[in-house]
Amino acid sequence: MNVDWLLTHSPALLIAIPLLAAFLTPVIDRINKKARDAFVIIVLIIAEIIMIALAWDVFTGSAHIYTMGASNPTATIPSQAAVPIRIVLEVDGMGAFMGLISTTVSLAAGFYSLAFVKKETGQGRYYTLLLLMLVGMLGMEFTGDIFNLFVFLEVLSMASAALIAYRFYYGDAVEGAFKYCVVSSLGALMVLFAIGLLYGQYDLLNMAALAKVIEYTTLDKIALVLLIAAFAMKCGAVPMHMWTPDSYTVAPAPITAMLVAASQASLYALFRICFSLYGLTLDVTTVGIIIIALGLLSMFVGVTMALPQKDIKRLMSYHAVSQTGYMLLGVGVGLYLLGKSDFDTYGMAAMEGGIFHIINHALYKGLLFLTAGAIFYKVKTRNLNEMGGLAHSMKFTTIFFMIGALAIAGIPPFNGFASKLLIYESAYHVSPILSIIAMLVSIITLASFVKVFHSAFMGPPMENAEAGEVPKSMIIGMAILTVGIILFGLFPGWVVSNIVHPAAQALAAQAGYIGSVAGGA
Amino acid sequence: MSEKTNGNSEGLSPIVKVISGMIFPFIMIFSFYVIMHGHLTPGGGFQGGAIGASAIVMLIVAFGARHTEKRAGEEKLSLFESIGGTLFILVAILGFIMAATFMSNFLVGSAIFGEIPPFGSNPGILNTGGILPILNFAVGMKVIGGLSAVVLAMALVSKEDD
Amino acid sequence: MIYNIPFFAVIILIAVGMYAVIFRRNLIKIAIGITIVESAVNLFLITLGYREGGVAPIYTNLPANVVIPGGMVLPVPQALTLTSIVIGVAVLALMLSFVIRIYQYYGTLDSKKVRRLKE
Repeated sequence: MNVDWLLTHSPALLIAIPLLAAFLTPVIDRINKKARDAFVIIVLIIAEIIMIALAWDVFTGSAHIYTMGASNPTATIPSQAAVPIRIVLEVDGMGAFMGLISTTVSLAAGFYSLAFVKKETGQGRYYTLLLLMLVGMLGMEFTGDIFNLFVFLEVLSMASAALIAYRFYYGDAVEGAFKYCVVSSLGALMVLFAIGLLYGQYDLLNMAALAKVIEYTTLDKIALVLLIAAFAMKCGAVPMHMWTPDSYTVAPAPITAMLVAASQASLYALFRICFSLYGLTLDVTTVGIIIIALGLLSMFVGVTMALPQKDIKRLMSYHAVSQTGYMLLGVGVGLYLLGKSDFDTYGMAAMEGGIFHIINHALYKGLLFLTAGAIFYKVKTRNLNEMGGLAHSMKFTTIFFMIGALAIAGIPPFNGFASKLLIYESAYHVSPILSIIAMLVSIITLASFVKVFHSAFMGPPMENAEAGEVPKSMIIGMAILTVGIILFGLFPGWVVSNIVHPAAQALAAQAGYIGSVAGGA
Repeated sequence: MSEKTNGNSEGLSPIVKVISGMIFPFIMIFSFYVIMHGHLTPGGGFQGGAIGASAIVMLIVAFGARHTEKRAGEEKLSLFESIGGTLFILVAILGFIMAATFMSNFLVGSAIFGEIPPFGSNPGILNTGGILPILNFAVGMKVIGGLSAVVLAMALVSKEDD
Repeated sequence: MIYNIPFFAVIILIAVGMYAVIFRRNLIKIAIGITIVESAVNLFLITLGYREGGVAPIYTNLPANVVIPGGMVLPVPQALTLTSIVIGVAVLALMLSFVIRIYQYYGTLDSKKVRRLKE
């Protein structure tokens, strides 16, 4: 089992290992609880290591193709057929980039969960579902088959819905989970309907092969509308954001961090559909403007709804909606300029900004949700008016919260600044108003987090709260994400040119995506 | 007979209990038949598993949820489900080791399910399909365990009310 | 024309299901609405693969006069439908268990009264 073998098979291994672990966890759970915890953490670490190796290989080399069940992983088209009919995993720069986010957030959430759910019942199932969420995310990000995308979307949604309702004795948790379940299953059915429309016309399910022949007929337009609406709903863009605050608020904190990554997997699917499946056959101007409008609406509505919130997690959830807007804006500008003469100058920068913001957001919003969970763990309330003076007893949590809050507000030298600057600069060339709104939203975000910081951490110590810091494993979980934030903030240039640029390039270059699977664009 | 089946007060009348106890093995055999012919006829792991789960649901209806929980608990059913899932993934992973890729059909040409059927109409040769019958079997285990555990859990939760 | 009737049925079923999800207040009816939409999408997939007078795409005991593969219906949409049905079962089970828990907690199934989150 050498490194080459591992790299060749890593796309399939990354899905197979967490899936196998998910089914083994209940079995190990019956034998020994400690062994189960160790097993889950080891699997998450293995997934992270394989993912980093795979991502490095993709960023420095070319996309990885993996054909399930073929005699050779790169034999996408069987000898008797003219088109790819097997399930093909295609890990290009963008897929590897998203995979890094998913595995990192899962690792942090896994560590954090060790202490966070220690007193709950049914932990075996909790970890099973957590691993299934990871499988769903990685599957969505790696797959080159549009029906497979639907299947993994459903795996992800069902695991998330069950985990949102994990603390069912709160009642409102089940309410949030039901809402999430209704929204995500309707969204997924729309995706399936769109897949049916595409299959009915072209007899193909492979995205690269579809992209080669797609013509943008009326039916394709209907399919596109369904796909964009469904995935925008799943990533929590305004006006389909109503489920986001409800389900983010009630989910256990590590799951909320995972849900952020899960929303971004949907965002990835949205971009993949627009750029790689339809590409230049699209009316890029109209669709670009629609995505930019969705982004602006999300940014503005999200942040204004966040201001009056008293529930700390609900407030952060609205900020998550608002930050999703930045990604939509950045990549929307890229789509708007796709194929135009300005693309290489501003369009690429906008896409890099939007894509860089995805990983930044996963890190700092994940961290912020984890600190909110740490606060809840100690003071047993999410109401900002009932807490205060936590800086006296929770030193680490305070520092982590400050780093997260400064990063989300886009204060240098943290990572939020780097990606927001890229978005401001490039969006300015499309219309100055875009940049002005984006900056305004950023300022309101800062104001909102100053309020949270003041009411939660400042002031005299609370009398009725449990004193002391949260358990070590929760600190490790938060520290993983904090290290990421600081590194990305200190070396944004290196990150953009080595990680973000290949991802943006992979999205923008449709011919490369098609060529590596279906041969000749 | 009546002593044994009348041991608990919940559930339906003794007639129903005895009859459902008698037909239970036959439904399970039919379920197994559908699962194992999944690669030849309409049906397969999920359909056969659903039939098997319906047999267990019949027991839940006839004998009551609490009685069934004692005999075949939710924990046991979930374990059964996990074993099915593990078997599926293990067979898929064996594809790496025995052949080139994940989920390769490495059994084709071997003695176990390895026969290659002639093209066109045939009377149904069971010893074909490679890893498909094994995967069907794993899916069947998973569905029997999963579906019946779901129904049992729901029945038990509704019982908490009274 | 006669072969387009299933497509009309698909549209009507989706409309009925959406109506139930959006306007009905009973949580169980919302779950039923989603199931109806799912059946509509499944019907759509099956209809796509249908061929006039086609037989099931299975070689076991295939009638002798059937042309291969012209006389068979398309197998791929059927595989997609099966997967979708399996997923639908999971979704339905999950939603119904949520409904049970919500009923235990709030004592009602009316979605207008189940709104602790909106306080």
